[in-house]
Amino acid sequence: MIDQQERARVGVSIRQATKSYGPFRALDDVSLDVAQGEFVSILGPSGSGKTTLLGILGGFVQPSAGSIWLGNRDITFEPPHKREIGIVFQNYALFPHMSVGENITFPLRARRLPKATWPDRLASALEMVELTGYENRKIHELSGGQRQRVALARAMIFEPGLILMDEPLSALDKQLRENMQIELKRLHKRLGSTIIYVTHDQREALTMSDRVAIMNRGKLVQVDTPERLHDHPANTFVARFIGEATLLPVQRESDSVVRLGQQALKTAHPMPAGSNLHLVVHSEKLVVADGSEPEASNRLSGTVTDTLYQGESIRVFVKLDDGGEMSFRLPSNHAGRALMKSPGEAITLALHPEDTVIVPEAG
Amino acid sequence: MLLAPALLVVVVLLVLPLLWLAWQSVRQDGGFTLAHYERFLTDPVYWMTFLQTFRIAAIVTAMTVLLGYPVAYVAAGLSQRWSIVVLTMVLLPFWTSVLVRAYAWLILLQRNGIINSALTGSGLIDAPLKLVNNEFGTVMATIHILLPFMVLPLYATMKKIPGELTMAGASLGGSPLHVFLRVFLPLSLPGMIAGMVLVFVLTLGFYITPELLGGGRTYMVSMLVSRNIEVYNEWGAASSISVVLMVCVFLIFRLVSLLIPFERIMGTR
Ligand SMILES: Nc1ncnc2c1ncn2[C@@H]1O[C@H](COP(=O)(O)OP(=O)(O)O)[C@@H](O)[C@H]1O
Ligand SMILES: [Mg+2]
Repeated sequence: MIDQQERARVGVSIRQATKSYGPFRALDDVSLDVAQGEFVSILGPSGSGKTTLLGILGGFVQPSAGSIWLGNRDITFEPPHKREIGIVFQNYALFPHMSVGENITFPLRARRLPKATWPDRLASALEMVELTGYENRKIHELSGGQRQRVALARAMIFEPGLILMDEPLSALDKQLRENMQIELKRLHKRLGSTIIYVTHDQREALTMSDRVAIMNRGKLVQVDTPERLHDHPANTFVARFIGEATLLPVQRESDSVVRLGQQALKTAHPMPAGSNLHLVVHSEKLVVADGSEPEASNRLSGTVTDTLYQGESIRVFVKLDDGGEMSFRLPSNHAGRALMKSPGEAITLALHPEDTVIVPEAG
Repeated sequence: MLLAPALLVVVVLLVLPLLWLAWQSVRQDGGFTLAHYERFLTDPVYWMTFLQTFRIAAIVTAMTVLLGYPVAYVAAGLSQRWSIVVLTMVLLPFWTSVLVRAYAWLILLQRNGIINSALTGSGLIDAPLKLVNNEFGTVMATIHILLPFMVLPLYATMKKIPGELTMAGASLGGSPLHVFLRVFLPLSLPGMIAGMVLVFVLTLGFYITPELLGGGRTYMVSMLVSRNIEVYNEWGAASSISVVLMVCVFLIFRLVSLLIPFERIMGTR
């Protein structure tokens, strides 16, 4: 077991890690530093290399190039059982021939810790995941959510500085998943371990993480806070992956202006390099131009094509005069209804330069 | 209703002969008798033959576990393509008859056979080793013939152990040996027991290998049956031996299924 001092320092550093399978690169020059105590999600579509990255951290996949550091320890060539990393596998990987208690104390037995110390640690581990009294249950007697928590307790009982989770909630139904998200966050706050959390659910990543690392085809596309990922995606891939955005191709006019058809749009943000640019429009950033919007706002005119009542809001679809379609939301209250237009009517929308986000095409 | 033809086959080919066997074993000179069964208590040849048969079966079973487990383990860890290659090699001996394989072992093991010639020729030993016409030769050939029955159920069980379990064991701090002993071995146990039951029971009824390679010193139950018929024309005695052996086999199955549910041994669960 690692000593307290080292645990306090445990951050993770992945340095230029590459994993090739023949000519194919499952992981392509990935570098990522995770601070001690940080909760970082790895988010990406299926096949983007998330599990491979976790495998390299856990020691099950040997990187073709690059190195892995845990605190100030180079663990690139350390076998998995010496790494002191807790892992919650996608299907929990509980030992079916052992009881809940035997599963959770496996790390203690593996480390030959005196048996007298087990009961206390088991009890507090069970309490932590709210399974007190379950130690003699068989694994097949547990529900999905309970198995998930056993896996969690087992990965935490040896107090690893780093915990890896590979889509740990993907097998649970929606309600349970949301409860577990909250519980995981709570546990993370209490234990202060570093957590690297793999998911393909962007909502989960955004709500749980300090930072999110977006992966695509073996590369890290952007590593940022949820807010910055949403508001300032690095390119079209991130913009399409996060949130409910419409992307419209635009032409560069100057360092702060682009052209959408005939319409010039100002942006308050640095203009990305390259010529293949897109405007990212999130529906919540658009407002109906009724004169009350700031003078500096960009304006987009078009025709309403459809409206969709969605309870708390009304989604309005607009075909722009300069080509392209987008949608925005009106609150379903009196003020919102006053601004409503029917299909076929002309409408002008306002987009603040602060909300005018221009991204380059994903390379 | 669809089962009727199958049921008919089982009754005609299996149940009726067995009943006839049991009937034979309690008949003598047209009357009822337990004389054939009394011999099990009075004639030392009988119970010593049973003892030797069970001992050989135990040795063969233990050896096939020791030899078969690593083969199955390696095959289960390989990629699909290579595991097929290994399993084909395991199954290859099935392509020749048991008789041919037994004679092949005779050629290998006999006094001036290939192994002894090689050993004496290279000066490693002075006199030829006694490798055949004894229990050693019998056991050797039986192991060779029955090894696939151990490897296949083991392989099937091991293939079903998720790789994530051993990965989890390692990540939790278990050394490769610890993970093997605590996780992999217990989970492969059903396959091992299935293989052990198969090999043990098949060895109990083996005839060709002790007959050809035992040199008259290795006397197994099947030989006792055949002697009673061929030499003494004692159908009643032969039948009673078969019945006792069958009861033994039945008890073994019963005992094992008490320890481990039958479905788990057969890998359906
Ligand atoms: N052992 C392997 N041999 C060949 N290709 C592999 C191997 N493992 C993973 N890959 C490939 O690497 C890519 C990334 O896989 P993975 O890391 O599992 O993706 P994710 O977890 O993001 O879905 C996939 O295209 C996958 O097919
Ligand atoms: Mg995966």
